[in-house]
Amino acid sequence: MEKVFSSFDEAVSDIFDGAVIMVSGFGGTGGTAQNLIVALRDHGASNLTIISNTAGLASLMGFGTLPGHTAVDCGILIDNDQVGKLIASYPVSPSPSRINSFETHFRKGKIALELVPQGTLAERIRAGGAGIPAFFTPTGVGTELSEGKEVREFDGRSYIMETALKADFALIKAHKADTLGNLSYRGTSQNFGAVMVRSSGISIVEVDEIVSPGEIESHLINTPALFVDRIVER
Amino acid sequence: MLDRLPREVIAMRVARELKDGDIVNLGLGIPSLCSQYVPEGRTILYHSESGVLNYGPMAEQGEEDDDLINASGQFLEPTPGMSFFHSADAFGMIRGGHIDVTVLGALQVSEKGDLSNWMLPSRGIGNVGGAMDLAVGAKRVIVAMEHKGREGEPKVVSECTFPLTSPTCVSLIVTDIAVISVGQKGLILKETAPGWGLEDVQKETEPELIPADDLKEIEL
Repeated sequence: MEKVFSSFDEAVSDIFDGAVIMVSGFGGTGGTAQNLIVALRDHGASNLTIISNTAGLASLMGFGTLPGHTAVDCGILIDNDQVGKLIASYPVSPSPSRINSFETHFRKGKIALELVPQGTLAERIRAGGAGIPAFFTPTGVGTELSEGKEVREFDGRSYIMETALKADFALIKAHKADTLGNLSYRGTSQNFGAVMVRSSGISIVEVDEIVSPGEIESHLINTPALFVDRIVER
Repeated sequence: MLDRLPREVIAMRVARELKDGDIVNLGLGIPSLCSQYVPEGRTILYHSESGVLNYGPMAEQGEEDDDLINASGQFLEPTPGMSFFHSADAFGMIRGGHIDVTVLGALQVSEKGDLSNWMLPSRGIGNVGGAMDLAVGAKRVIVAMEHKGREGEPKVVSECTFPLTSPTCVSLIVTDIAVISVGQKGLILKETAPGWGLEDVQKETEPELIPADDLKEIEL
């Protein structure tokens, strides 16, 4: 099965209106599939649900972005009115005086938000790829983010139930892929990508370099090939 | 008018709480300064939810790498012995009780140690980020903040009126005028900034403070 795609546009061409899409990245440019995001913007699929740590901090304020570089992140999909719902832990600008496009759209009622603590978000995504439909966590107990959720006690401590997240597609950035789809990442850029790649129907991975099997040493492979459906080189 | 401690001195006081061998996660703002003031001879391993353990100094200008950041988006210098992991592991470490100390900023801390630090009700929307996970998961939660808000309102309060990050999680509060520990019977005033007495600190604090038997000037 051929996993290597020759263009970013081709790799996202079957993303449909209303799709649920996971977008990797912590908030900066590292670990963000910038070219796949541009391709999805140009493709134009609408009413998307985006699962992402942030609504785009790199494009808003240069978060984790190299000096002099222009950042692209899922903020451009929101700018382009393609997003109907966002599931995120850090959706707005840290400064109320510098509002991002998500907040503008949210206040106009054009986009829905499911706010999730960052660790719960990561674990819900992990669970989605691991065959675990729900789990109990102490995070959020006694706060407004636990409203409506089942509470159980284990060993005298309260926990709330959180459900798994899955997606139709994931747009992931990794460092290297081999042609089988094995991936390696650099530094802190595994973040959400290395988890999202496991829980999406079709994972689409943008890499700095595609190499032959064996060129990534087996013990340095972070994501085994079975999680990877499509790879495109930058 | 009594002098208030600058942010660096708050960080310096918090840094004294960090013990040799501690795994520590520092939040945004004043907490992020603490690593500069750890007393000599103590080895601390810093954890960041961006997916790194044992990071050191920030990268020099011109040496930045966008695959090497902390949770504040600052560029890190490559450091021998640093390790990387994905977000589910980063938070498994936090929730799983593997972080000894987290130092967080706060909007409000209550008499019972309840913490509010993620949303201003006046804005109506906020970033929860990793704050709730850190507040429930770290073995010890230290708050480092200014004692009063911008409008002069108390931030050490009887009950948090802002959305909660977690109930009963804070064990120590270090501010620009005092060091306060959260005890079973209430807040214990342990140290005050130079020149400040119990009454002076009490005027800026909503709940009643219990003076420690050995109440003293802040030690750095």
